Amino acid sequence: MSAITSGELEIDLLVERRTAAADGVVVLTLRDRWGGDLPEWEPGAHIDLVLKPCLVRQYSLCGDPSDRRRWRLGVLLEHEGRGGSRHIHENLTEGAVVRVRGPRNHFALMPSKRYLFIAGGIGVTPIVPMLAAAEAAGADWRLVYGGRTRSSMAFHEELSARYGERVLVQPQDETGLLDLDSLLGRPAEDTLVYCCGPEPLLQAVEERCAAWPRGSLRVERFAPRATEEAVLQTFEVELRRSCLRLVVPPEKSILEVVGEARIQVLSSCTEGTCGTCETVVIEGIPEHRDSVLTEEERAVGDAMMICVSRSLTPRLVLDL
Amino acid sequence: MPTRTEPIAGVPVIDDDPFSLAILSEPYDFHARMREVGPVVRLERYGVWGMARHEQVVAALADWETFCSAAGVGLSDFRREKPWRPPSLLLEADPPDHTAVRRVMARVLTPRAVKGLHASFEPAAERLVASLVQRGTCDAIRDLAEVYPLRVFPDAVGLAEEGRENLLPYGSMAFNAFGPRNELFEAAFAGAAAVQAWILASCQREALDPLGLGAQIWSAADRGEITHEQAPLLVRSLLTAGVDTTVLGLGNALFCLATNPEQWDRLHADPSLARFAFEEALRLESPVQTFFRTTTREVEVAGPRIPAGEKVLLFLGAANRDPRKWGEDADRYDIGRQSSGHVAFGHGIHACVGQAIARLEGELVLGALARRVSRIELCGDLRPRPNNTLRGFHSVALRLTPSQGD
Repeated sequence: MSAITSGELEIDLLVERRTAAADGVVVLTLRDRWGGDLPEWEPGAHIDLVLKPCLVRQYSLCGDPSDRRRWRLGVLLEHEGRGGSRHIHENLTEGAVVRVRGPRNHFALMPSKRYLFIAGGIGVTPIVPMLAAAEAAGADWRLVYGGRTRSSMAFHEELSARYGERVLVQPQDETGLLDLDSLLGRPAEDTLVYCCGPEPLLQAVEERCAAWPRGSLRVERFAPRATEEAVLQTFEVELRRSCLRLVVPPEKSILEVVGEARIQVLSSCTEGTCGTCETVVIEGIPEHRDSVLTEEERAVGDAMMICVSRSLTPRLVLDL
Repeated sequence: MPTRTEPIAGVPVIDDDPFSLAILSEPYDFHARMREVGPVVRLERYGVWGMARHEQVVAALADWETFCSAAGVGLSDFRREKPWRPPSLLLEADPPDHTAVRRVMARVLTPRAVKGLHASFEPAAERLVASLVQRGTCDAIRDLAEVYPLRVFPDAVGLAEEGRENLLPYGSMAFNAFGPRNELFEAAFAGAAAVQAWILASCQREALDPLGLGAQIWSAADRGEITHEQAPLLVRSLLTAGVDTTVLGLGNALFCLATNPEQWDRLHADPSLARFAFEEALRLESPVQTFFRTTTREVEVAGPRIPAGEKVLLFLGAANRDPRKWGEDADRYDIGRQSSGHVAFGHGIHACVGQAIARLEGELVLGALARRVSRIELCGDLRPRPNNTLRGFHSVALRLTPSQGD
């Protein structure tokens, strides 16, 4: 979900291998079509798969960063998703070519003597290379890996075989939900917690880490999943100049709702790339989904592209 | 040009020449017929396919993988014929080549970047409009639409004063060259060599003001985002695409407002509607009427199939008047309309990268007029300006009645 930066690669890669890693999970190995080196990356990095111009999905790299020839991804088929993972499962067979952008890293592994890694389901993918890095750095670490059933959990055999007792595999149908209270109940000064998984797990971990030293917890919200979550959200926009309050339902953009209220706004691309519909935000926090604003501009939070961006707060006040 | 393939059953065939003077001067009946006969038609005269309905035009523009641009966006097929100039790195390219180049141009021309031009563009619009209002009558094209963009835009790019008279002839060449080699094409290319030489020289770094948009493109080359060989071609894109289009866009907007007095009254009452008045004029009288694409594979279009390797003519101007999209009053100029969704700037990865500048110019000129002029009427000469791609006027004689107190 970050803005495209100029130094970023955009290239068509070849699907070299495709293997089933767990129920509903395929692991894809991508390489350059002419055998060239791929850009360097560090554990926690993700790439965009540009499946169609309007169908872009983010996936964490879960291979070995020292292998410059190959990138590995794990992709869970999300039946309730918006079609990205389905497209991948149906079309990206061995020999297929896929457009890739990146890599980017919003989940970098910071140096620490101790780590606690918590993974839920397919959220294990960015954690996998972190484990190797923590091990190589001589850190003291543990992974607690939860999932619905053992057969749905990708990489669990590979990880247990390689790291032994450092890895605790906890399928829900065998051992129940992860016991976060005993894992996180007592703040540890010298431990960094890295967590990736479904939203309820992230929230539960965040709650329990509230008492931990600031910066102890690092989470990765998978952009596609976070996006789906927000799509379900309804929020209110107040158009300050027009003295109107409107409800934005999940299936409509702010732009559409504003247009239906007969308030004129110029727009063009309707996909967050051209910048025409930029609107001043007076109150509230936008959830930016455009590729126009830079990270700094997003942080300021005083403007948004209403064709695609939504809200993190129940109400947004716009200068319309 | 020989007819290449037999029409496929189910695809209506149209014999008219869409590049004839008659249709280019008065295109809308022909467009309506195109839309009515089917979602895709065979244009027998040139052995190409055509689409004029909004839905299919937008879909084709969005699907750059199937409807590619690298074989040229005119009738000429770059895979078989040598282009008249080195192809545009933006307009006549596909990803991945297109991507980095587009990114550089997009950053130079974002609405945010363009806001910086407001300070110099606004006083120029005010001064020009004030002088025209004082005169009372003017030619909307010669005295306003050609004057304003040719003043502010080359300044923004950083061109020298000398030789700017080459810009309009160059635009005329480039846009006529998307059509067949007809009389318009030949006429535009008379004296082409000198014009091309001036354009080429003007795109070089040493010819450009270091503070202008052109110099920013060269800076991107210094940073390694594009090559130094690409930089002058991208400056050329600014010069090709940024002048004639805005000249005609402004002229068409003035034509719309002069022929719809009740809409002028609305704008005069609330000059903040200027941006919407300009946008609606772009929809109704789209300066860029057509672009071609070339199919990279066999593709189904609402039933019929177009084979791979075929030229497809997309009628942007017709899509912008499609009643299926705009309702029964699609042909009416209504500045209160939600005109977003028009394809006057194209759509998708090739959508006009400079559209924020065009909008800025349109808003400033119409806003300045709306504040100073209570009535605007046609008062004489109204002549079309046929071009194989562009829609606009050669002259639009106007009478301007000043607002009270102005």
